Amino acid sequence: MRDPLSKKIVGIEPSGIRKFFDMVSEMPDAISLGVGEPDFDTPWRVREEGIYSLERGRTFYTSNAGLKELKVEIGKYLQRKIQVAYDPDNEIIVTVGGSEGIDIALRAMLDPGDEVLIPQPSYVSYLPCTILANGVPVVIPLKEENEFKLTAEELKAAITPKTKLLVLPFPNNPTGAIMTKEDLEPVAEVVKEHDLYVLSDEIYSELTYKDDHVSIASLPGMRDRTLVINGFSKGFAMTGWRLGYICGQQRITEQMLKIHQYAIMCAPTNSQYAAVEALRNCDGEVQQMRTAYNQRRRFLIHEFQKMGLPCFEPFGAFYIFPCIKGFGMTSEEFATRLLDEEKVAAVPGTAFGECGEGFLRVSYAYSLEDLKEAVGRLGRFVERLRA
Amino acid sequence: MEEIRKQILKYLEKNSRADLGELAVLLDSDEVTIANELAQMEKEKIICGYHTLIDWDKTGEERVNALIEVSVKPQRDKGFDKTAERICNYPEVTAVYLTSGGYDLIVTVEGKTLMEVSRFVSGKLSPIEDVISTTTHFILKKYKDHGTLMFQKNKSERMLVTP
Repeated sequence: MRDPLSKKIVGIEPSGIRKFFDMVSEMPDAISLGVGEPDFDTPWRVREEGIYSLERGRTFYTSNAGLKELKVEIGKYLQRKIQVAYDPDNEIIVTVGGSEGIDIALRAMLDPGDEVLIPQPSYVSYLPCTILANGVPVVIPLKEENEFKLTAEELKAAITPKTKLLVLPFPNNPTGAIMTKEDLEPVAEVVKEHDLYVLSDEIYSELTYKDDHVSIASLPGMRDRTLVINGFSKGFAMTGWRLGYICGQQRITEQMLKIHQYAIMCAPTNSQYAAVEALRNCDGEVQQMRTAYNQRRRFLIHEFQKMGLPCFEPFGAFYIFPCIKGFGMTSEEFATRLLDEEKVAAVPGTAFGECGEGFLRVSYAYSLEDLKEAVGRLGRFVERLRA
Repeated sequence: MEEIRKQILKYLEKNSRADLGELAVLLDSDEVTIANELAQMEKEKIICGYHTLIDWDKTGEERVNALIEVSVKPQRDKGFDKTAERICNYPEVTAVYLTSGGYDLIVTVEGKTLMEVSRFVSGKLSPIEDVISTTTHFILKKYKDHGTLMFQKNKSERMLVTP
């Protein structure tokens, strides 16, 4: 029989998290700090709207780019949150989670050989999606000494004549790093100078704990060079609804829409109706969740300090990225032993890129009670290693 | 109100057992500040008590709660206050609210048995001079109390590790 597979897909590594997931799954009594989604239920008013849309029989396709009503709300929301105006009719596409946005953006923008700059540690899909879109991923390893922000110098050093696109994943999974306006400005200058585009993945934009999130799209001259990805999964605790959106200038969105049209058709209809309610009436719920995350974040930082686990203070998403280099183990060894010996699951930093070596992603999308128990076990483990 | 006070109150409202050290970490403050604010708010009667929410049904202990709508004839200059304060004096009474709507006061009462609560209403509450009428609703089951669910929620089906 002939080989049924494409060489391209066979050459792509499966997500490093998968292996860890399998190990944890066999340990029913393990406490996990390994989750990348909120512990909160979707706000009830949003769920109710989803139920109501089903009761009303809203079980049909929507237009390809999404419900008009939702796109209008997304436009208003982005105007309010990042002060960038997008035309709901031509510049916003409602997608199946933020993930689809990553895929269709790369596929719409890349020709074979085009280089995509991917700062790491970062979410697992930018690199394989670039390869699937026939682009060439170029990793920029971010440094702890810069609090895992991207600097203009690092960006400049990675640019070649083939560079077309920069992925900008802040607030960041897995490090929790954010980039402020002051951090973004010099990066934007380099982007303009070298005539690049930016894919700004802002899925955690609701979850910042110092200043409000700033989008690079809001900086002078950057709107039409940027595609903004956002969605409902993290801020509104709606991961399973699979709903996100991507916004940018019409010249790009109309090409992305073709891919979306042929591959997806439209995002789930009842999720879209529910999301309208999320954008209209959930500021209070989002604020409550943000407050709870922030308290847990402070708790973990405090506990890690007590344990002597070095860690920069992250101000975004719901992750802390402590350094475990002092224990003379790889991240994977550390995580595996922590799981075996104390039944605590945390994801090795290397799952998010090689430069995550020496770090551990600890999620605080857990109740304070769970975190207390997990931190107690982690403390015991660390003490034993030092003994 | 000062931000730190608001944060302390919001937290304690859900968990009054949080100790000073924990509050200081969670609210990004220090123990001395928290202790001072707490003492001051207790003095100002902003914090009126630290109670415990108990599901007595699970203890086998007999408890009966009733919610009683009370019509009251208001008094010149005093309105409903005098009658309301008078009702508050009974230890059986757990809450008294002045309300809008068809009745004037809502009174919650706790007793050991239906009979005991009924006797309180007919023997003590109704005979009060300015009480015109009462309607008693016995509470049969508490689903949610003080913002807390009183039934077991479904276990989370979130996967253990996700990117």
